[in-house]
Amino acid sequence: MPTFVYMTRCDGCGHCVDICPSDIMHIDKKYRRALNIEPNMCWECYSCVKACPHQAIDVRGYADFAPLGHSVRVIRDEEKGTIAWKIKFRDGREKNFLSPITTKPWGSTIPDFRNEAEPTAEARNSELLAFEPESIRLDDGGLHTLESNNLELIEGVYY
Amino acid sequence: MSYKTIIEDNIDILVVGAGLGGTGAAYEARHWGRDKKVIIAEKANIDRSGAVAQGLYAINCYMGTRWGENNPEDHVRYARMDLMGMVREDLAFDMARHVDSAVHKFEEWGLPLMKDPKRAELPEGDLGKGAYMREGRWQIMIHGESYKPIVAEAAKVNADKTFNRIMVTHLLMDDAQDNRVAGAVGFNVRTGNYHVFKSKTVVVGAGGASNIFKPRSVGEGAGRVWYAPWSSGSAYGLLIEAGAKMTQMENRIVLARFKDGYGPVGAYFLHLKTYTQNAYGDEYESKWFPELAERVGKAYLDTENQHFSHKPIPTCLRNHAFISEVAAGRGPIHMVTVEAFQDPHLEEVGWENFLGMTVGQAVLWAATDIDPKYINPELTTSEPYVMGSHATGCGAWCSGPEDISGKIPEYFWGYNRMTTVDGLFGAGDSVGGTPHAFSSGSFTEGRLSAKAACKYIDDGKAEGINVSQKQIDDRKEQIFKPLETYTVGRNEIVGGTVSPSYILPFPGLQRLQKLMDEYAGGVTVQYMTNDKLLNMGLHKLKILEEDLEKVGAEDIHQLLRAWELKHRHRTSECVVHHTLFREETRWPGYYYRGDKMKLDDENWHVLTTSQRDRSTGEYKMEKQPLYHLVGDAEK
Repeated sequence: MPTFVYMTRCDGCGHCVDICPSDIMHIDKKYRRALNIEPNMCWECYSCVKACPHQAIDVRGYADFAPLGHSVRVIRDEEKGTIAWKIKFRDGREKNFLSPITTKPWGSTIPDFRNEAEPTAEARNSELLAFEPESIRLDDGGLHTLESNNLELIEGVYY
Repeated sequence: MSYKTIIEDNIDILVVGAGLGGTGAAYEARHWGRDKKVIIAEKANIDRSGAVAQGLYAINCYMGTRWGENNPEDHVRYARMDLMGMVREDLAFDMARHVDSAVHKFEEWGLPLMKDPKRAELPEGDLGKGAYMREGRWQIMIHGESYKPIVAEAAKVNADKTFNRIMVTHLLMDDAQDNRVAGAVGFNVRTGNYHVFKSKTVVVGAGGASNIFKPRSVGEGAGRVWYAPWSSGSAYGLLIEAGAKMTQMENRIVLARFKDGYGPVGAYFLHLKTYTQNAYGDEYESKWFPELAERVGKAYLDTENQHFSHKPIPTCLRNHAFISEVAAGRGPIHMVTVEAFQDPHLEEVGWENFLGMTVGQAVLWAATDIDPKYINPELTTSEPYVMGSHATGCGAWCSGPEDISGKIPEYFWGYNRMTTVDGLFGAGDSVGGTPHAFSSGSFTEGRLSAKAACKYIDDGKAEGINVSQKQIDDRKEQIFKPLETYTVGRNEIVGGTVSPSYILPFPGLQRLQKLMDEYAGGVTVQYMTNDKLLNMGLHKLKILEEDLEKVGAEDIHQLLRAWELKHRHRTSECVVHHTLFREETRWPGYYYRGDKMKLDDENWHVLTTSQRDRSTGEYKMEKQPLYHLVGDAEK
């Protein structure tokens, strides 16, 4: 289930509302804080949990099969480029995991093609995509074709 | 209604839905169309939308041609075997020959791809020594929590504008020329504003369909499905309504997954080398194969020679063994994890596999004190899903690339990945006959379609498009009708959700799911159907369609759910027509035609297509020839 929001931690900033892929995190009009308006369409994807600057959102396992008394918490740190998970079992055991989320500073590596050289007419008329064949990194530099691989399309049952 | 109408005009390429397919399209469109206007319309926020929203721990389609691992034809052979022959091999080859270049770009953009230290002797690439860590022959392992935000950046940098929170409900058609697309319309799920996108071409990168069959989870947990609950079949609903020819819509998929959480099993089987057993600790799979081989034939399951030929056993047939063993009373089926999990590295991989892409499974194990180091967890088979990018090939009938498909009229009409509607292209779930594309392949398909869309425009094919004001006005009225229906009907009753004049979207969805489950081969009937059931299902779908004219929406959020339901309904209708048309059981383990239990290569070694008449709603079903590229023997 879905996500729920701790009343004392949420300040109604709306980051979760902005990011929820299922459009179910909304701001409660009375309390001015976030809430999950449709638990049965929540995927437990944790997008809102990761986006919350105050760790105000948590997840409680789906009531149709998960007992109470557990938690899976997360801190996603964009500056460090890591994500840290803390799993607490119902019986009190804990597991901790840490993974990288990116190897490059955000927003630094993707070119705006408008600043790059125009592709040639030859490239436009070929089967090559942007940055190919270099980006396939074949030593011989070519794109595979039926001819290069001695293949032919043949109709019929082929077994 | 006080909602504004916002018109975005003179668009060259409109990308509808920006998951992995749509982001690939927006990125590539800018490369070949420097001065073209590229616009994205996405239902959620493209930083976290689509099936990869919560992350992905593997890239499931990487050839490794650079490392001498696989050539494109190897992947074609694999996908063909897995789908019992039913694959558009031209499209599959085309995707496979480009897919590595997308993966190499992902790494350049910062996606952490794991390297295999044992293969450090391999030639040095641009990004460091060694080949990627293989999970299996086609999969590589990644730390993919931020996979989607990373590719979304590529799309945002290169699109002119990204409209988030737009539910695209319909494609616009050209009033000047029949069967040509002219853009799309929808509404903003936060402001309620009506959005009109007039565009020369459209790339549909929308999602396949979860939640069209009754899910195993119920109540509060109904969103715990394997495929994202926001994948509402728009990849099909939009295209079918526009009159595009569809293919392989009968090829729904059933997944074997960890019970209740739907946690992935790929890394467990392939990297952790876990295996399954029945409740009594026995290997059960192989004992179902001799009987099954009788039904599907030796070409697909050769029980004596499979270990010599090294042909993988098709996923659906393995499902068949699972389903049969449970039906025989020897369930549950367990994944044997206690051996592998003694290795701390493998234990970490096992858990991070969930945290990186299916957190709900970790939540469930924490809640139920299941530590797979000491307990072998249960598996289950899921409800069916309809999609075109995972291990199934549902979607639109699309043109192939000229150098591969050019000589075959049924496969080629000029522009790669263009549907049978002029100017309308597909990517990811919306392209039919191309299973096993997964995330990287979907991104690649988006790239291919965007390049072709640029060419289509440059060739002058999109000249003189006209969208009448009437079309825009009619769609507006249609889109907001559920709000009107609710407002009027609500006054008849004291309160609550039960009304004689309207149904709300969620009960409507439950009705669709029950119907599809019982008549089209869902979980509660053990995936079994027949011609009688399917015909009854079609009748009930027709009546549901009438009632969906009376779907009510209390607010804009419910209006979103109403239109998702309509897309799911249209998808379901097409699935039932296709299932009825293919008179055989091609994929035992995905579904069974009880009246036609044998696979019939003599009559059905063909692809199926359907086309819905835009004015009458009638479906025209056809067989299409299947062209093969490669022999079945491994080189």
